[in-house]
Order: sequence, then structure tokens, then C-alpha cells
Amino acid sequence: MRSVAEHKPATVRTEQIILFRASSEIFAISSGSVQEVRSVDSVTGSPVTISEPSLTKVRHALRRGDKNIYIVNTATHFGLRASSPALIFLLRKSRVALLIDSIEKMTTMTRLQALPGAFCHQERVWYRGLTVLDQNVIPVVNPNGFLTADELFLLDAATGTGNVPELAGSRGAELSV
Amino acid sequence: MSWMDQADTRSCVLLRLGERRFALTAEQVAELAAPSRVFRFAHRTAEIDGVILRRGRVVPVCDIAERLTGKRLTNRRFYLIAARRHEGHIDWIALPVSGQCELIQADLTPAGSSDSPHVAAWISHGGEVIEVLNLNELTPGMHSSPVTRQAEATPEVHPQ
Repeated sequence: MRSVAEHKPATVRTEQIILFRASSEIFAISSGSVQEVRSVDSVTGSPVTISEPSLTKVRHALRRGDKNIYIVNTATHFGLRASSPALIFLLRKSRVALLIDSIEKMTTMTRLQALPGAFCHQERVWYRGLTVLDQNVIPVVNPNGFLTADELFLLDAATGTGNVPELAGSRGAELSV
Repeated sequence: MSWMDQADTRSCVLLRLGERRFALTAEQVAELAAPSRVFRFAHRTAEIDGVILRRGRVVPVCDIAERLTGKRLTNRRFYLIAARRHEGHIDWIALPVSGQCELIQADLTPAGSSDSPHVAAWISHGGEVIEVLNLNELTPGMHSSPVTRQAEATPEVHPQ
């Protein structure tokens, strides 16, 4: 006699993602990678300006506990035209925050295709892969691909310890994910 | 001894890029596809225009005409979907071509040491001597680098 479990259809593994806009392009990020979404206005005045010529994509840092959180301009990171970012994604278990233009929507992906081998430069670090949604190909960003350990070290050296003010407000998330 | 080491009768696909004709061995060619929407996203591989969707698969588009003829294709009529084999993996790539392709039988003459790396062999057809292309030399991503090796470890991934 066959067990019930044998008749059970294979469950489709899904992952919830956030589609967001940076400059003219749409990207996806796993919602599990985003701890908090803030308005740029909610941190105005608190970040310290960073002027590291080799890392123009990072202009500001926030202070959380005894660590700096570096805000990466996503459009600059991907080499896109400058835009008017309005939101910040604070990434989970990371010292990176992303400056983005807007959130398009939250949705679910069922398949993540590896980036084809013909793509052989920085995009291999930038993306976890590609997903197809509504007959559109969307790159799914790698949350660990925005700053390398060396770049974090460089930024720590540039900012020093304890010279970055606390993040304005203790909670104040515009949207909790 | 590989097929390139000796003259051999093989099926080849003739393709047209602008005014010139080139060939690929038929075993490398999957299909000839009608023009379809090219999806573009941020990347740093200059040779890749974007990707097309073909049978649920994301296929990068690589215009090899500029390198072979000195001019980019202005009128793309079809995409020749070709397979590249590299360290046990098959990687598909879409080559824009400017005319109908033709399947022929031809005797392959192996390329010599003085030939360009993109020439795998030569064929003679219709009074023309035609290059049989070495796609691994013409298209990016076939020479292992730290980033490509990292990617090869995960040819297909599933959501967490």
C-alpha cells in the first residue's frame, strides 16, 4: 500500500522577492535579505559624508550599535544614469544599505536561472541569477555583491570608529519587510 | 584525434553576416529563431547585447558580426541559437544573423597555425572558401576566470 506522502504532488519552492527600481532599471532582491525599508528623508542630516575617490557609490554611512552601515547608491553601483533615490533598504545581517528609487511591487519567484556563462565580468558577483516574471527577465541581486570585504575595510579606515552619528530615530521604518 | 585534426565530411550550417558567409558545424546549432524581444539589464560584458527568452531558457545575445566583418549588423533577421560546450557544461548563445541559413555537407579542412583563433576549419562551397567558426574564441565566458569558475558551480539554482 502506498503512503499518502507518495501521492503528494511535488511542492514548488518559491521565494518572496521585492522588485525595485534604480535609475531606469528594475531589479529583484529576496525579501528575506531586507531588514528594513526607510525613506531617505528619515535619515537626512544624520549620515556622515564619505569622500573615498575609489568608491564613489558610497557617500554616506549610518551608525548602528558599534558598526557603520554603508549606504550604496545602487544606480552608481550598476553603472546606471544618476537618479533621484527616495528609499533605503537596510540589508539583514549586513553592513550595507541600498539607496534605491522606488519599490515596484512584492511578488514570488519559482525559478531562478543561473546567469549564462557568457556573462563573465562583475555581473557574476552582482547577481544571484535571473528570473522571468510576466515575460520579463529580471536580475536578482546578490545582497553580498555590493561591497567586498576589502571595500568595507577601506570604508572603515576612511570613516574611523565612532565618528558617525547614530541613525536618526530608533525605529521609524517606513515599511517593515 | 579531434574532428579539427583531419579533413572530414560534416554537416555545416552556413550563416550570413552582412555580405559575408561563415559556417558552424551543425552539431553546435540548436535552431534558427525569429527575432524576439531583447531584454537588457546592467552588466559589464561588452560583447553581450542582452538576453532573449527561448523555450523558457534565458539565452544571451552576442553580435559576432563586428568582430568578423568590422560592422555591426543593422538588419537582424534571425537568431541562430548555438551551443557552446565547456568543461562538461552546455551554454546556449544567440547569434544575430542577417539572412537565411543553409544546411550543407562539406569537407572540413583543419585550420592552420597561421589562422586566426576564431577559425576552427575551412570549407569550400559554391566557389567560396568559408571559415568554420570556433565559437569558444568568438564569444565571451569560455575561458575560465575566478568569476566564471564560481558561476559554473551553480548552473541552475532554485529559490531558497
